[in-house]
Amino acid sequence: MSTKSIRQNRSSFNAWVNKESTAGFIFSLPFILGFLMFMAIPMGLSLYYSFCKYDIQTAPQWIGLDNYIRIFTKDTVFTKALGVTCYFALVGTPLKVIFALIVALILNHKSKAIGLYRAVYYLPSIIGGSVAVAILWRRVFESNGTLNAILSKVFPGMAGYNWFSEGPAIWVLIILTVWQFGSSMLIFLSSLKQIPKELYEAADVDGATKFHQFWTVTLPLLTPTIFFNLVQQTINSFLAFTQSKLITNGAPRNSTLFYTVYQYNKAFPASGKSQMGYASALAWIMLIIVSLVTVFLFWSRKKWVYDG
Amino acid sequence: MMSKKVKTVVFHVLVSIGGLIMVYPLLWMVLSSFKPTEMVLPTSGQLIPTTWTLDNYVNGWKGFMGYTFGTFFGNSFLIAFTATFGTLISSSFVAYALQRLHFRGKKLIFTLVLSTMMLPAQILMIPQFMWYRHLNWVGTYYPMILPYFFAIQGFFVYLIMNFIGGIPKDLDESAKIDGCSYYGTYFRIILPLIVPALVTSAIFSFIWRWDDYLSALLYVNRAYMRPVSLALQLFSDPSSGSDIGSTLAMSTLSIIPATIIFLIFQKSLVEGIATTGIKG
Repeated sequence: MSTKSIRQNRSSFNAWVNKESTAGFIFSLPFILGFLMFMAIPMGLSLYYSFCKYDIQTAPQWIGLDNYIRIFTKDTVFTKALGVTCYFALVGTPLKVIFALIVALILNHKSKAIGLYRAVYYLPSIIGGSVAVAILWRRVFESNGTLNAILSKVFPGMAGYNWFSEGPAIWVLIILTVWQFGSSMLIFLSSLKQIPKELYEAADVDGATKFHQFWTVTLPLLTPTIFFNLVQQTINSFLAFTQSKLITNGAPRNSTLFYTVYQYNKAFPASGKSQMGYASALAWIMLIIVSLVTVFLFWSRKKWVYDG
Repeated sequence: MMSKKVKTVVFHVLVSIGGLIMVYPLLWMVLSSFKPTEMVLPTSGQLIPTTWTLDNYVNGWKGFMGYTFGTFFGNSFLIAFTATFGTLISSSFVAYALQRLHFRGKKLIFTLVLSTMMLPAQILMIPQFMWYRHLNWVGTYYPMILPYFFAIQGFFVYLIMNFIGGIPKDLDESAKIDGCSYYGTYFRIILPLIVPALVTSAIFSFIWRWDDYLSALLYVNRAYMRPVSLALQLFSDPSSGSDIGSTLAMSTLSIIPATIIFLIFQKSLVEGIATTGIKG
């Protein structure tokens, strides 16, 4: 090749690289590759394995819809885990969002100490997902733990109460998630700041009480934020893993068995053979459930969310 | 009617009591780690130690199976720093493309970025494990670091996109007139201006990577490679030779990095959550 054509090639290459469409593609390339490598391929692969019997040691064996049929017709632990997860999501999420809203309303105050209070209420959310907190939670709720030591001073009957027995055990985890209402609270605080003062002044002129103002002004204007927090926290609670795995690991009698923990235990059982195909099917069912819940929440949006 | 002063006092008292209840478990953990280990359970209803000791820290730091907590902390820092660095670079690239450039497939890519927020680690756990096993990545740090160099967390792309959206477009235009390429514009104009968004992202990413227990559980199988999250969980099991005091001491140490980062960068964290609503 002559130097002239090399120069021409180089300049046409430069022109191509510097085109907006090329630059856009190049800057997006990390995501395109990452999405294929770390999401699309694994999900595709697991879709295939969900139709197989696969114990990791030997080659996967195609069994068609067997895994799915077994899950829906024979697997009582699946039903149990799904029930526990739904209970946790349906009870825990609203409690968390209501708590966040109440605390945000209280903290929506002009005071020099607000920054400090906000930090204190938010701190549990920032470290709540850590192993340290899981260890701490077991200590707090133990029968001879901190909570009972404090409670028994007021209610002597609470001494030695077993929080990890079948009824209350799930509440140990619900309390843990409600304790981490901080990020929802911050989102509420920032939307409370955006409500125009004139609306309250107008309500004052009309002689509305503070209580009335809350129902007619504050709450309707907050519905988009409530919606946002509900969606986010519901999805999160469907997917809770670390804390339930470490604090209760499903015990007693699967009464705190979260779906994700069940899935993990199928793939990596403490004893016996791994059931990767079965666990893959469970992962796909979870994906569909979470998508359906999200679609439902968005569908319900127009029924109750106020869009200025 | 209550006077304004009384109201203010009632407000501060109530909010302080509430705040104390919120941090009580954490205070208990920190203060109990300074109690002699045999006193932790008998005095579990008491916050302040009667005798103070550092024994739990000395004993705990020795770790188990021949590795000290120094090794585990080093591992956690290595993983969290590298993964965070990758997240910042790749997410800001993609955010720049999606916010400022026009190209084919942009809408599709944006939709996929948002959908990654719906595909969290817990759903991908089994699929990714099988794929990484094919790639022979099990037993290495690759699964805990490499994916983060590919902008796979839609949160961060979205957060940075919003921030770039607030930068006047005139700046890009005038850079273009001055002969700046799109690449030059990113490095010289956009990158210096998005530092606040990068700080917020870095804080979240660091804390999440630091706390990540699931991937360590799946991919780390050698003792010297354990990050703090996994090491702490194994250490808390009495069969590792630990006692309550040293477990609480190491638990306390493990939350110090996140707590310090939180206290220093509180303001940018709060703003980050308020503007994008990402989970904390």
